[in-house]
Amino acid sequence: MALTREQMAQRIAQELEDGFYVNLGIGIPTLVANYVPDDIEVMLQSENGLLGMGQFPTEDEIDADMINAGKQTVTALKGASIMDSADSFAMIRGGHIDLTVLGAFEVDVNGNIASWMIPGKLVKGMGGAMDLVAGAENIIVTMTHASKSGESKLLQECTLPLTGAGCIRRILTDLAYLEIENGAFVLKERAPGVSVDEIVAKTAGELVVPDHVPEMNIPA
Amino acid sequence: MSGFDKRVSSYEEALQGLEDGMTLLAGGFGLCGIPENLITEIKRKGTRDLTVVSNNCGVDGFGLGLLLEDRQIRKMIASYVGENALFEKQLLNGDLEVELTPQGNLAERLRAGGAGIPAFFTATGYGTPVAEGKEVRDFNGRPHILEPAITGDFAIVKGWKADTYGNVIYRHTARNFNPLAAMAAKVTVVEVEEIVEPGMLDPDAIHTPGIYVNRLICGTFEKRIEQRTVRS
Repeated sequence: MALTREQMAQRIAQELEDGFYVNLGIGIPTLVANYVPDDIEVMLQSENGLLGMGQFPTEDEIDADMINAGKQTVTALKGASIMDSADSFAMIRGGHIDLTVLGAFEVDVNGNIASWMIPGKLVKGMGGAMDLVAGAENIIVTMTHASKSGESKLLQECTLPLTGAGCIRRILTDLAYLEIENGAFVLKERAPGVSVDEIVAKTAGELVVPDHVPEMNIPA
Repeated sequence: MSGFDKRVSSYEEALQGLEDGMTLLAGGFGLCGIPENLITEIKRKGTRDLTVVSNNCGVDGFGLGLLLEDRQIRKMIASYVGENALFEKQLLNGDLEVELTPQGNLAERLRAGGAGIPAFFTATGYGTPVAEGKEVRDFNGRPHILEPAITGDFAIVKGWKADTYGNVIYRHTARNFNPLAAMAAKVTVVEVEEIVEPGMLDPDAIHTPGIYVNRLICGTFEKRIEQRTVRS
């Protein structure tokens, strides 16, 4: 079975380490915050200028001056800090964020990512995505393996305008966890119950399949 | 003696000298920390053909979205403009030009503009449409693109508290682009919720030192929330 959005978030949460500063994009990446293991501490960075983002406020706590990068009202944790947008992006661009998780439309075997613009559709803007992919060492891209019409999103070469060039090494889809090595996707794990054949069929870019591909460990 | 007293007595006076065709730098992220009353005054004043530099362009009927209603903005430099139907319409009609800039580049270009740095190299945007026509140079084995600084004729900034000398403190994430816009304009106008006497703000706590501020006014703010999200 393909992973649900929540299961994808659970799998990504296994990559969190105690003391990590983490930036989570909008969508599935945001859900990762719900699965932080109890025995570790991570701090979430919101690129509008908040390090130490807390949960959503109660009605009483709502404050128009406290929002996240998705423009949602949030709270700040004890020990949070707030900075202007240049300082916030200095953290990102200067490589200080330990893990960045973001969505994409396409990724290719050379680590290129396309996530912000579909020609012919209205372009809203890249926001902070280009800074995040260029600045972070440790990025996990999360997306469905194929589009609803069945077309692979893991390509030999991205077809859409790029968000960043050569900056992606790790991808979690609803079917598999893959890494990019030497110009090819390498299949590292498969979702429980998903066959290697299905992943091969839905991966358009060059794919290396090791002899043994373990199933992911997804808690029930 | 009031050589450092930046206070003006009206919003009209605050924006005196803002003329058609000028470049306007605006603080704010979404609707958070936007200079609401200064935007309203620009709408009233009817200044046209503005180039506006701001992360976003407000929403329909609020924030910078108000300046679209009478087509006062000719060009927008922003990172994300998705929340605004009138913006889309004017863009598709060709009434409005837009330059999309990565958010971190936008912040750094303003900071550089204020700090006297005319341009800088960054890896952000390399290999993307943002890099088109820009100089590329390798540093530490990695390609970077040259991004120009941004400066403006006027900056409109929203602070929380200021003293009469124009030393400004921002509140929470309403800080965002405000200190950067404040640095990079010939005339920086700041509106705040409270103005106090010099000496009443802790010098260690000042975010924007008064040297960047030319005019200061106290206002009241609606502070509209774009995505009201609560936990149950």
